[in-house]
Amino acid sequence: MASDGPTPLERFLSGILPENPIYRQLLGMCPTLAVTNGMREAATMAGAVMFVLFCANVITSLIRSLLKPHLRILIFTLTIATFVTIADRFLAAFLPDMSKRLGPYIPLIIVNCVIICRCEVCASKQGVVTAGADAIGQSLGFALGLASIATVREVLGSGTWFGLPLLPEAFWPRWGIMLLPPGAFLTLGLLLGVANKIASTFAAKPAAKAAAE
Amino acid sequence: MEYIADLILIAVGAAIITNFVLIYFVGICPFIGVSRRVDMAFGMGCAVTFVISIAALLSWAFTYFILREGAPLTTAIVGHPVDLTILSYIVYIFVIASSVQLVEMYVRKFFPTLYKSFGVYLPLITTNCAILFACLKIMANVIDPKEAWGLDKALVLAVFGGVGFTLAIVIMAGIREELDQCDVPAPLRGAGITLVVAGILAMAFLGFAGVDANLAKMVHAKEKPTPAKTQPADVPSFTERPPANDTSDTHPRDESFGGSGKQLVRTVRPADPVLAESPQ
Repeated sequence: MASDGPTPLERFLSGILPENPIYRQLLGMCPTLAVTNGMREAATMAGAVMFVLFCANVITSLIRSLLKPHLRILIFTLTIATFVTIADRFLAAFLPDMSKRLGPYIPLIIVNCVIICRCEVCASKQGVVTAGADAIGQSLGFALGLASIATVREVLGSGTWFGLPLLPEAFWPRWGIMLLPPGAFLTLGLLLGVANKIASTFAAKPAAKAAAE
Repeated sequence: MEYIADLILIAVGAAIITNFVLIYFVGICPFIGVSRRVDMAFGMGCAVTFVISIAALLSWAFTYFILREGAPLTTAIVGHPVDLTILSYIVYIFVIASSVQLVEMYVRKFFPTLYKSFGVYLPLITTNCAILFACLKIMANVIDPKEAWGLDKALVLAVFGGVGFTLAIVIMAGIREELDQCDVPAPLRGAGITLVVAGILAMAFLGFAGVDANLAKMVHAKEKPTPAKTQPADVPSFTERPPANDTSDTHPRDESFGGSGKQLVRTVRPADPVLAESPQ
C-alpha cells in the first residue's frame, strides 16, 4: 500500500473543526459533560487527553503490522490504559487538588471513544507522523469543544473564567444550575444545535453557489 | 437490620439518587445512541446490567485478593504486603473485555435473535463508561480502610447502577418516541434535543438529592430516631443567594468518590441553600 489516506496536515486540520470529536463526531461526551464546570478542570482534562491520545496513536502506529483483527480493540485499550495510569499518577503527584476534583474522570479516559476511534480509524492504518498529527489535531478540537462549554458554564454559573472574577454578582446573578448536571446537558445540547447550524450554513453556501450557476 | 438498611441505601443511591447517567455522566454514548425505541433501550439496559454485575464481581475479587495493599494472595506469594493498585486500570480493562466476551458468547448461544438485533452494540459495551465507573467506585471503597466493602455491597452497587442506567435509558426512549411526532428545529434534531431533554430529566432526578442522607440519619440514629419529616431549618430557601465566592480551592466534588452515596448529595444538603454547589 503506497501513501494512502489523508496527509498529516490534512489529518491535523480536519481534527480541529471539520471532524471535531465533540460537535461533529459526538464522541467523548462523558468527560465533556463532567469536567466542564470550570475552565481549569477542562484545561487539565484536555491536556491529559492530548498526552494519552498522542502516545497511544504513536505506539499503535508503530505496532500496526502486528495487530490481529479480533484482538485489536483490546490492544488499543491496554495501550491507552497504560498511558492513562501514567497521566493519572502524574496528576496525583503534581496537581493533587485538580486530581481530586477530576476524580474518576481521568481513569475514564481509558474508555473515551475519541481515543479508541482515532486508534482504529487512523493509527492502525497509517504511519507514525500521520498518526501523531491526527492525535494533535483531534485533541485540539477536543480542547476547543471543552473550552466552549466550560466558558458558558463557568461564566454563567460562577461569574469567573479560569478562576478570574468576570461578572460582578450585583450585575448578573449566578445560575447555579449551570454548575450542576442539568446545566451540562442543556449547554451541550444547545451548543450542539449552534454547531450544526453553522455547519449546515457552511455546507449550504457552496451548494447554493453551484445551484446558481 | 442496619446491614439491610445499608444495602438498601447503596442500592437506592446508585439507581436513583446519584443515577449513573444523569448525575455522574457515564454511559452517555449508548444513552444518546440506543434510546430511539423502548424495546431496544430496555435490551441494552439489561445487557449493560448483566455485564456490569459480572465485571464488578471479577474486579472486586481481583482488588480484594490481589491488588490492594496487604492483599492475602500477594502477601502469601511475596512474603510481605505489597501495593499493586497501580495495575488496577489495566486489570479492570481486561476484566471488562472478558466479561463482554462472555456475555456475547452466552447471548449468541441462548438468545440468537436478540444477538442479531444487538448487532455491533454488544461489543461496544466494552467502551461503556458505566462499567469502568462502577469498578472504580468499588475499588475506591475496597481500598479505603474505613469502608472496606465486601462482595455484597460491591454487587449491590453494580447491579443497581445498571438498573439506574436502564431506568434512565428507557425513560429517554419513551420520551424520544413521543418527540418523533414533534417539530424539532433542524439543528437540534437527534443528539441536540436528546441532550436538552436529558438536562430536564437530570433536573428532575436532582430532586432526589438528600434523600439518602436523611434516611441514613434515620437508620443510624441510636439515641432518638428522628422522624424523616423535614424540620423548618431543613427547608432550602429558594430566595437565599448562594454564598459569595471566596478564594479557597475546595470544590464539592472533593468529597472522595467512596462513601455510600454521600458525594454529590452532601453538597446539596437540605440545610444549605439550594445553589450551594458553586465553588466556595
